[in-house]
Amino acid sequence: MTEAAQAEAEKIGAIMVVGGGVSGMQAALDLANSGFYVHLVERSGAIGGTMAQLDKTFPTNDCSMCIIAPKLVECGRHPNIKILTLAKILDVEGQEGNFTVRVKEYPRWVDPDKCIACGQCADQCPQAVEDRFNGDLAQRKAIYIKYPQAVPLKYQIDPDACLWLNNPGQCGLCARICPADAVNFADREQKQTIQVGAIIMAPGFQPFDPGTSQAWGFGRYPNVITSLQFERLLAPTGPTGGVVTRPSDGRPVRKIAFLQCVGSRDKNRCNNEYCSSVCCMAAIKEAMIAKEQLDQVEITIFHSDMRTHGKDFERFFIQAKVEYDINFVRTKIHGVEPQGNKGNLRLHYVNQQGKQVDQLVDLVILSVGLETPDSTLGLAERMGIHITPDRFASISAFMPVSSSKKGIFTCGAFNGPRDIPQSVIGGSAAAASASQLLAPARHTRTQASCTPHEVPQKANSPRTGVFICHCGSNIAGVVDVDELAAYAATLPDVIHVEQNPFTCAQDTQDYITQQIREKQLNRIVIAACTPQTHEPLFRRTLRAAGINEHLIEMANIRNQNAWVHKNEPARATIKAKDLIRMAVAKIAIQEPLYPLRIPVIPSALIIGGGVSGMTAALNLAGQGFKVDLVEKSTTLGGNALHLYQTWSGEHVPRYLKELQQQISQEPRVAIHFNTTVVASSGQAGHFKTTLRAGNGRKKSVDHGATIITTGGKRYIPSEFGYGQIPNVVASIEFDKLHMHNEIRVTQGKSFVFIQCVGSRNEKRPYCSKSCCTHSIQSAIKLKQEAPERRIYILYREIRTYGQRERIYNQARELGIIFINYELKGPPIIGEEGGRLLVSSRDHVLHRPLEIEADMVILATATLADPGSAELAKLFKLPLNQDGFFQEAHAKLRPVEFNTDGVFVAGLAHYPKPVEESISQALAAASKATTLLARESVELDAITAHVDPEFCDGCGICLEVCPYQAITLLATIDEQGEEHKIIEIDPALCKGCGICQGACPKRGVYITGFSYEQLLAQIDAALEPPKP
Amino acid sequence: MKQDLKIITFCCNWCSYAAADLAGISRLQYPCAIRIIRVMCSGMVHPEMVLHALNQGADGVMVTGCKLGECHYQEGNHAMLSRSEVLEEILADFGYEKERFQLVWLSAAEPERLVEAIYEMHNRLLALETDPGD
Repeated sequence: MTEAAQAEAEKIGAIMVVGGGVSGMQAALDLANSGFYVHLVERSGAIGGTMAQLDKTFPTNDCSMCIIAPKLVECGRHPNIKILTLAKILDVEGQEGNFTVRVKEYPRWVDPDKCIACGQCADQCPQAVEDRFNGDLAQRKAIYIKYPQAVPLKYQIDPDACLWLNNPGQCGLCARICPADAVNFADREQKQTIQVGAIIMAPGFQPFDPGTSQAWGFGRYPNVITSLQFERLLAPTGPTGGVVTRPSDGRPVRKIAFLQCVGSRDKNRCNNEYCSSVCCMAAIKEAMIAKEQLDQVEITIFHSDMRTHGKDFERFFIQAKVEYDINFVRTKIHGVEPQGNKGNLRLHYVNQQGKQVDQLVDLVILSVGLETPDSTLGLAERMGIHITPDRFASISAFMPVSSSKKGIFTCGAFNGPRDIPQSVIGGSAAAASASQLLAPARHTRTQASCTPHEVPQKANSPRTGVFICHCGSNIAGVVDVDELAAYAATLPDVIHVEQNPFTCAQDTQDYITQQIREKQLNRIVIAACTPQTHEPLFRRTLRAAGINEHLIEMANIRNQNAWVHKNEPARATIKAKDLIRMAVAKIAIQEPLYPLRIPVIPSALIIGGGVSGMTAALNLAGQGFKVDLVEKSTTLGGNALHLYQTWSGEHVPRYLKELQQQISQEPRVAIHFNTTVVASSGQAGHFKTTLRAGNGRKKSVDHGATIITTGGKRYIPSEFGYGQIPNVVASIEFDKLHMHNEIRVTQGKSFVFIQCVGSRNEKRPYCSKSCCTHSIQSAIKLKQEAPERRIYILYREIRTYGQRERIYNQARELGIIFINYELKGPPIIGEEGGRLLVSSRDHVLHRPLEIEADMVILATATLADPGSAELAKLFKLPLNQDGFFQEAHAKLRPVEFNTDGVFVAGLAHYPKPVEESISQALAAASKATTLLARESVELDAITAHVDPEFCDGCGICLEVCPYQAITLLATIDEQGEEHKIIEIDPALCKGCGICQGACPKRGVYITGFSYEQLLAQIDAALEPPKP
Repeated sequence: MKQDLKIITFCCNWCSYAAADLAGISRLQYPCAIRIIRVMCSGMVHPEMVLHALNQGADGVMVTGCKLGECHYQEGNHAMLSRSEVLEEILADFGYEKERFQLVWLSAAEPERLVEAIYEMHNRLLALETDPGD
């Protein structure tokens, strides 16, 4: 065996993900779903990271917890994800493919296998301390859960606050009250050694501590809070129940000021030169939510540049100004002073008109920046990962999730400040990279869920078993469970009734399995907590017992009964009886469900041969999948063919050449030049797509996944004399002239760059994201070549987000002049004696200004590709208002569509710089891998079905189906009469049941939620009690 | 004494059902009249089901779903909303007061909103019971 082959053979099919925030969770889920075992190491007591603390997320103002919760639960119960909480990495040895990691686990002092999270311990605990999760604005007990939806939902003891741990023998109330005997004061820290093939670092960030400077009055004036604290004040689950009041006195808030760039873009008060990227949008979001709650409140956001560069961010910004009446003032606030002794605050600043202004407010919110914690920097050093001057992981734009150490990948805010979608993309991209590295070891460490072979059968007559959970005293303390059990036994079809102290306990599962077999039960009702958290567990139990997993119904007698009627035990008992009766009635007419399985074709179709398409193709091919890469032109490279360098100065043409070479040598990638897609059918795992080559010849391709990387197009300006005045050029053209030392450039003494040409206007209210950086880089090069050159950048907002801020600072230090202009007063270009004259307005001196220029360079917008509309129609995908593909969810599904199996990356999604396209392409490849690595896909069992007896083909359901899953069929019966009936594509149906709600004939029903079942529940609920 | 009120409450799996669970976790208290029926989407609830529940003796029916624009299935709640207009007319024809039917839109993180809506519904129905004109 050669050395290389040996290394391949020794690769370990397990990965360690460090950090359980949204980025780490995404990486863990993608890998676990691609055939790898994941050790998810989280420093705190529960995963979720910063996102769990947020109230809402921009730009949709979606509830943060609602959208992250399903990911939390999925991580929590994934058979191939092992979550290690309260854990940290001590050291790492070995090399890519085979690392040995030593991990230390701190004690929780609560046995997670026993804790049922009833919360009685925290009720009894006498020690209250400030709750970090709530920004120290509320208190929690010494025994606590990090937040109500925490995963794992297990209590933990804060060793600094606990009386017993500090003085054994004192207190111990929690241990005495715990009904599950879970408190364990003898718990000790443990060390373990874990072998993994790769490590993904997703350690996240810490918010900047504004208490380090006197300037903002943080820590001195109670009405100065951070944006993260304000997030908790806005949250319905926060310390004030979501009501915004002044922390000093609880009085209503009338005037709020947001101060941007606190701890960012600041080399004086802190050493954070970079822009934190997310704070502008976060401030707008928080301002909007506050405004929705307090109609009369006056809100001002003091900023340097509003950086709303992401997808749909600019519209959000405009909405805040126009619809929400939020004031935006471009100025730097140098200090916050108290005004009087009632908690009011005074801000002093120079306004845009140059006047000195004093403003009084009730509440100051500091938009604090993101920084890497020292502990992470220490770990990075121990691991041998290089760090940037801004103290983030050092990465190449071309390998945006690979650290300087092979086999260690990085994602999330550790790669530089970024928002949730970028973090999710990074998590998936890191997963794709690890998956490529460890492809030979796929499926070697995972456990397939062992399901006994089940013979499909029709519903038989019900023999129902009812299992009533006491949940300690959570249910039994309110509901009379004995009376309930006696009642349940009288219900129709009920053969067996059982009471359990904890129905969810592992030993009870074994017992239920045994009861099902012994008593030949074929319907199960679990009267306990909620199906949202526990149904999957009981379904597994049914499977283990050899009956169809869908023959279970839960009666929610805890969350929706005992807990909400705790002072009315008699009524709660009556209600519990109703709930069980409803469940018994519903499950009696439940059919066993057998989800459709379709085999997966292990190959991908990638449409568009730019950097994104090539990146995704190489990653998937590297993992062993076949790829068909479709390119409409005759060359690979796409828009990147016009790029010269990345923001960090890396050479794009050289990289492109490498990519082209690699791809031409990759036997698994078939490139189809001069080709377009003309038709496609099928579903996730099983598509059939027709391609048409330039010569008109068609061919058909079978593939399991589709990735759309069709790129964008550049805007051809009609303004600023472009096309008429020869020395007015677009930035990409200027790069070429510059590269070839064209005489106008070499001899030019004065250059004017005009930003936002075609972007951020009425027609295209979006930011093209990369043009500020591009112009500044060109300007720096010009200035460095000949420092005597006069260079001006006319801008509306400079958006050198993240660590790009460094080049903005460099440009200013070099003497490049930045002049602000407004959308309503754009610069005017005139020609005078062969020279250009640019007129604008000086924003510092507040007077008109004329610049003589040898050349004017227009930073032109990036547009959606006009071909997107056709492709969107072909694959049934949505486009946004600007013509870009609209992903399934702006935050958590940034490369997916609601149509499974189709993914998007690059400019087809939104304008972005090349490193973000590469990340997104890797993320799309990762999502495709989760599909392609499977042998077959199981479609959701809860789907719509036609009842041919009742459906008369009226077609009303066709109109309401959001997924175009229903088609109308015409059939001819024996008498030769034509009948119409609907047909449902089970692969497209998501089981929402909107068709069922609309059907006038009961011709369509949803399995598990059929019309009859819902009626049975209604009837059972309303059945008069027996005397 | 007349027995307690019964209010059939359809809860969407993705928002209001989760909010009802969270109400429990937060130990919010509300009247025992509520009987929750879980559905995948508010758009799954057929208008005839609402009528059927009232005919079978329910004092009121609530259909709760995701906030408009945030439907898990894109537009199911809008489908329910547009049906409710017709439904209200039908209920009036059958002699049911408009107070007996209520749509509520809320997110999974808004148990307070759900509880508030339950109280409002309950109080309205109690007022109907005691209304001498009834």
